[in-house]
Amino acid sequence: MKKLIIFIQLLAAGIASQAQEDVYPAKAYAGKLYITNGTIHVGNGQVIENGTIEVENGKIVQVGAGVTVPAGGKVVDVKGKQVYPGLILPVTDLGLKEISNGVRGSNDYSELGEYNNSIRSIVAYNTDSKIINTLKANGILLAGVTPQGGTISGSSSVVQLDAWNWEDAAYKMDNGMHLNMPTFISRPSRFAAFFGIPQSQTDPTKDALKKIDEIKTLFRQAKGYLQETTHKETNLKFEALNALFSKKQKLFVHASQVKQMLIAIDFVKEFGFDVVIVGGSECFQIADLLKQYNIAVILGDEHALPATEDDDIDQPFKTPAMLQKAGVLFALNDEHGESRYRNLPFNAGTAAAYGLTKEQALQAITLNSAKILGVDDKTGSLEAGKDANIVVSEGDILDMRTSIIVHAFIQGREVSLENKQKQLYDRYMYKYDLK
Amino acid sequence: MFPVIKLKPKAHMREYCFFPPGKFLFLLGLIFMVNTVSMSQVTFPVNGIADPQVKCFAFTNATIVKDGQTTVPNATLVIREGKIVSVGASVTIPKEAVVIDCSGKFIYPSFIDIYSDYGVPVPQRQGAPFDYRAPAQLTSNIKGVFGWNQAIKSDIDAAKLFNADDAKAKPLRDLGFGAVLTHQKDGIARGTGALVTLATEKENLVMLKDKASAHYSLSKGTSTQSYPSSMMGSVALLRQTYLDAQWYKTNPAAEGVNLTLKAWNDIQSLPQIFEANDKWNDLRADRIGDEFGVQYIIKGGGNEYQRIKEIAATKATFILSVNYPQTMDVEDPNEARFVSLSDMKHWELAPTNLAAFEKANIPFCITAADLKDTKTFFANLRKAIDNGLSESKALEALTKTPATALGVYDKVGSLDAGKIASFIITNGEVFKDKTVILQNWIQGNKYAVKDENWSPVAGQYTLQVRSAGGNNSYTLDVKSISDASIIAKDTIKTKFSYDGKLVTISFATEKKTRAASIRLGGTVNGDVWNGNGVDADGNNVLWTASFAKAGAPAPDTSKKKPQGELGKVVYPFDGYGWDSLPQAETILIKNGTVWTNEKEGRLENTDVLIKNGKIAQIGKNLADAGARVIDATGKFVTPGIIDEHSHIAAASINEGAQSVTSEVRIGDNLNPEDINIYRQLSGGVTSSHILHGSANTIGGQTQLIKLRWGAGDEELKFKGADPFIKFALGENVKRTTSQNNNRFPDTRMGVEEVMMDAFTRACEYEKGCKEAAVPATTSKKKGAAATTAAAAVRRDLELDALVEIMNKKRFITCHSYVQSEITATMRVAEKFNFTVNTFTHILEGYKVADKMKTHGANASTFSDWWAYKTEVQDAIPYNATLMQRVGLNVCINSDDAEMARRLNQEAAKSVKYGGMSEEEAFKMVTLNPAKALHVDEKVGSLKAGKDADVVIWSDNPLSIYAKAEKTIVDGIVYFDRTRDLEMRKKIAAERNRLVQKMLGEKRSGGPVAPATPSFQVVLSCGDHDHHDGLITVDVDEHDATH
Repeated sequence: MKKLIIFIQLLAAGIASQAQEDVYPAKAYAGKLYITNGTIHVGNGQVIENGTIEVENGKIVQVGAGVTVPAGGKVVDVKGKQVYPGLILPVTDLGLKEISNGVRGSNDYSELGEYNNSIRSIVAYNTDSKIINTLKANGILLAGVTPQGGTISGSSSVVQLDAWNWEDAAYKMDNGMHLNMPTFISRPSRFAAFFGIPQSQTDPTKDALKKIDEIKTLFRQAKGYLQETTHKETNLKFEALNALFSKKQKLFVHASQVKQMLIAIDFVKEFGFDVVIVGGSECFQIADLLKQYNIAVILGDEHALPATEDDDIDQPFKTPAMLQKAGVLFALNDEHGESRYRNLPFNAGTAAAYGLTKEQALQAITLNSAKILGVDDKTGSLEAGKDANIVVSEGDILDMRTSIIVHAFIQGREVSLENKQKQLYDRYMYKYDLK
Repeated sequence: MFPVIKLKPKAHMREYCFFPPGKFLFLLGLIFMVNTVSMSQVTFPVNGIADPQVKCFAFTNATIVKDGQTTVPNATLVIREGKIVSVGASVTIPKEAVVIDCSGKFIYPSFIDIYSDYGVPVPQRQGAPFDYRAPAQLTSNIKGVFGWNQAIKSDIDAAKLFNADDAKAKPLRDLGFGAVLTHQKDGIARGTGALVTLATEKENLVMLKDKASAHYSLSKGTSTQSYPSSMMGSVALLRQTYLDAQWYKTNPAAEGVNLTLKAWNDIQSLPQIFEANDKWNDLRADRIGDEFGVQYIIKGGGNEYQRIKEIAATKATFILSVNYPQTMDVEDPNEARFVSLSDMKHWELAPTNLAAFEKANIPFCITAADLKDTKTFFANLRKAIDNGLSESKALEALTKTPATALGVYDKVGSLDAGKIASFIITNGEVFKDKTVILQNWIQGNKYAVKDENWSPVAGQYTLQVRSAGGNNSYTLDVKSISDASIIAKDTIKTKFSYDGKLVTISFATEKKTRAASIRLGGTVNGDVWNGNGVDADGNNVLWTASFAKAGAPAPDTSKKKPQGELGKVVYPFDGYGWDSLPQAETILIKNGTVWTNEKEGRLENTDVLIKNGKIAQIGKNLADAGARVIDATGKFVTPGIIDEHSHIAAASINEGAQSVTSEVRIGDNLNPEDINIYRQLSGGVTSSHILHGSANTIGGQTQLIKLRWGAGDEELKFKGADPFIKFALGENVKRTTSQNNNRFPDTRMGVEEVMMDAFTRACEYEKGCKEAAVPATTSKKKGAAATTAAAAVRRDLELDALVEIMNKKRFITCHSYVQSEITATMRVAEKFNFTVNTFTHILEGYKVADKMKTHGANASTFSDWWAYKTEVQDAIPYNATLMQRVGLNVCINSDDAEMARRLNQEAAKSVKYGGMSEEEAFKMVTLNPAKALHVDEKVGSLKAGKDADVVIWSDNPLSIYAKAEKTIVDGIVYFDRTRDLEMRKKIAAERNRLVQKMLGEKRSGGPVAPATPSFQVVLSCGDHDHHDGLITVDVDEHDATH
């Protein structure tokens, strides 16, 4: 008997040592599925106690307390647990960046050049990134995979996180064009003070405005080009802006400073783009203005230090509540490179501790994100007709103390919550004879 | 009205003959300025006819201010051959004296600036601008018989570099300076300064003292050598050099000749001047001095008023500038937003600095050296006077104090017989708004400053203009040397210029726009001016103007600005600072859920009594009549959070220039004004272990602090705690991100050998020290041999720290990631018979937890960081749980100024990952780090007798919804969420007041500079990105890889 146990343990260790090549994407589930007896957080603010979600062919058919569960369908009883829409990481280099420091070969997130309008992140998205499975294990099921670098970085795409390859992963291709707004603040050279090296004396405002003029000129020329019926020569950079002008794509403006955001408003006025601010740490100062121009915000860093030493010590924590109050459509993101984005639900938790209701905070990482990314017709809330992208947690998903994910479904498929880290955990539980 | 200067015309003419023809043109420019050239050197051959002169002057009828204390009215000053002969109300005027009537004039000793680089070349940094990825420069690139470090330039001799430079001397003379102490402002040790006058004579004669001072700083200047690359490295280099110089006195054969150390020893008896340039640096410098028995004269930074009590305790004489921050243009609210309140407050209060010194009775000198525009000197000095500096103290700070500090008060600094004849003549009290310096006499030579103001030109003159057509008479009303009007039916403004010698007047005879003008030019002869000119019709005229009567005194238009409201000095000098420091209270926290971390565990409805900074009692229904009662019903009371790995509150973190820098100490460069102290208090943190970075294998000595917001740098230190040191392994220390690393080690094989080598050397060193310490009588070696043995041991601060480790008097916290390096390090320690106290980061600790347990190490890790570099690929969030279950003492640390304020949440992640109990999880940020840091007798749990470091939380402290409502350190409430809300309002109001004040200055026409964001430098380990504010500057990667 004892020998048998050791044999089984060795077998388990053998599997574990393969790292995560044995974590398989789930096969499509065609039949009916019932997730019952849970507290359902719909994602739009509504909470259903003791509710049931009926799923068929990957879509939600109905959600409610009174849904009857017939015999025959697959039933997942989640009594006493919390049910949420799959969380969405809206702007990320997930699948483009594996080891940021010291391993250049593993990085595909930042291209050379200033105006990379025609660059598309989706073609480089690596579904086998070791990081992806750790996100699913924390309830994050969708991500906006975004290129970086230059002034215009190119197009992002929304992916679902349980896929064999990028075509399989693509949830909405090329949903956004990403622009890095020039900065109005010039930072001092970091070591200059210590070495007494004089600082550059260029005027950052002048430099920024010059660059912005260049961007506007590009848009104006592209607009003209796109109105031509035939072109003497094809310009891929202009062609790539077509979706932006036809509003099939939104303009994601990466900006933090108020002046940068004011310029973004300018882009709405002149070109009629659908503009989303990404980052936006200072947006609380002009929340009403953003509301007025229907500009949505994806907040970059909930767990950040205040911008200035005089700022309220909890400013970044309470910025979401200030946007909520002003009626701005906003989502929360997790850009933290060291914990690799898996703390998204806790960013929402902090926002809830500092002024949002828990359901509002949840909405900021589900339905609001879906709206901003242009996928709210398919996901973001647990409502009939949408994809069955569902997460089940032991307790409050926003609080790390209770946020333990036990089930996750993408398009009705129950996906594996295994990952390399859990396997290493098992491996060393085995080594130390722990249970 | 015009001064009676009796000159022998012949002598005056002869001066030209001293000089070769080539200098003639140059001299022409000086003719009006320099009346006499008095001195010539006897060893120099004369080309021409010798012209020995005894030059003697008597300045009569003057108000003579001999020094800050003594003013003699209606007095005479007699000088002869560049020296003062006599001063007083009744002195005999020698027959040969040229008498200068100084009625209505004031005479003061010329000023002395002892922080100058006049006449000394400014060295330029050689080579490319600093590049942190470039290969390290490990030794000095100065060739020759010098020391190892390029920033120690004790052999520099300003006297040898000095060249008199009239273009630079004149602006200083115009301000009233007569002598300066000049030195080369470059490097950490800067060699000697020379005391020189500002006369334009042969250098040999203007130099009063060739070696007058020795100079130091904390800035390595133009040195291109990698070491030191940090504030604490500069401190350590100075300390080691003091020791090396002592040792060098024994002529150690191993060192050969070292001119740098020789010079260092030679100049120790001189006045020692330290350029510190900031209030905290002042204290750092003074502590170095205290250690080696040196009292520095400290060049301050202008912000000393913010910590005047600590500054006074240095007992130093200070050198202070009257350079103030410029008014900023805060018109644009988006720009004004990034100017910190502390910068705005400093802008307002900087002019109070000198008065603060006077009030605190700290001796100080004034320098003009830092001024961008020397012309602002008097205006700025007057600002200091408007802000409470007395005029007599100001004079003393420009004369007696600097002279005394240099030990040359017998030569300069007052007007007393026998001293050098350097003095200024003014037309009023020298610091008054309207007063001008007329002449500055240096070493008995006159240098005109504003001679044209010698006689008050203002008054009414009768102007007669004679032409063929007849005579015209006008009344000319002269207001100043450039302003005069013709008074007739209409008052007609003239174009007027007067320099005391020549005068020109031109005016239109009618008040019409295009009226033709009469143009007159002539010479001045006392009260009567005359000359020729051309009238409006083009006819030649002659003219005379004679003084008729004094003009009506001009109304005082200089606006005496109402001093108005000034902001308070707060502690620390940040928006969130205290008006007065908070005190320990007797506090009774009632009816909370108390997490004790003791065997009692969590106690419901329990009280905690705090008294005298300690926890007095824990129990139910406690009472204390004198206590402030805090109702904690529904709240949670816990010990304060202890962060085992932090990089806040320091001026520098990484001395990465060498692989072994155990000599540097974080404690040498604490910054108690880091706003992150306050922010972390708001997250319940009460103690932080401030670690050196991870740029090198054997890093610097760490400092455990308590977050006493408002305290001084020394008071932050956790008293009585065991000393620690930071080690680091892996990618950072082998400079993985550098393209062309040339610093050993480049692999983990080399990292292990760095430690082996260092401890081997430390063993030899310890042995040598022990032998040397054995008294000669008991030593096998006798007499001289024993002395030689003692001398042969060079005290080495780097090895001292390693010896302490081996003797279990200092403990290691070692940055580490992968299992191979963890094991290798434990084996090195075991070879040298000590234990690695703590492995920090330790992301693969779970792989070797059993080995660590056997070794006896603590573990301090992140909850869930991974993937950002190769060595963290196998990091798992279950690490803490696994290590804890194997039996290690496990801590969760921040290594991040932001995350430190959420350490309770980071601990809670172990409940999620691996199912640790809540109590055990919370211990990972309280009791366990206290144990790892050997302070669990004092902090880490709630128990009677322990320090009252207590947090009151709104919710279960492991919950993301929990907020620290009050954070108490040593029984003092340093953070209170209610007070914090009040502070926000106060900050907003104070910011608004200062913005309005700056705008007022701008509107009244004052000069403004663009609004400069108050960048905050955030220091870190050098390991990963940090999530800081918009205007923070993260210096980690530079530090780490350099």
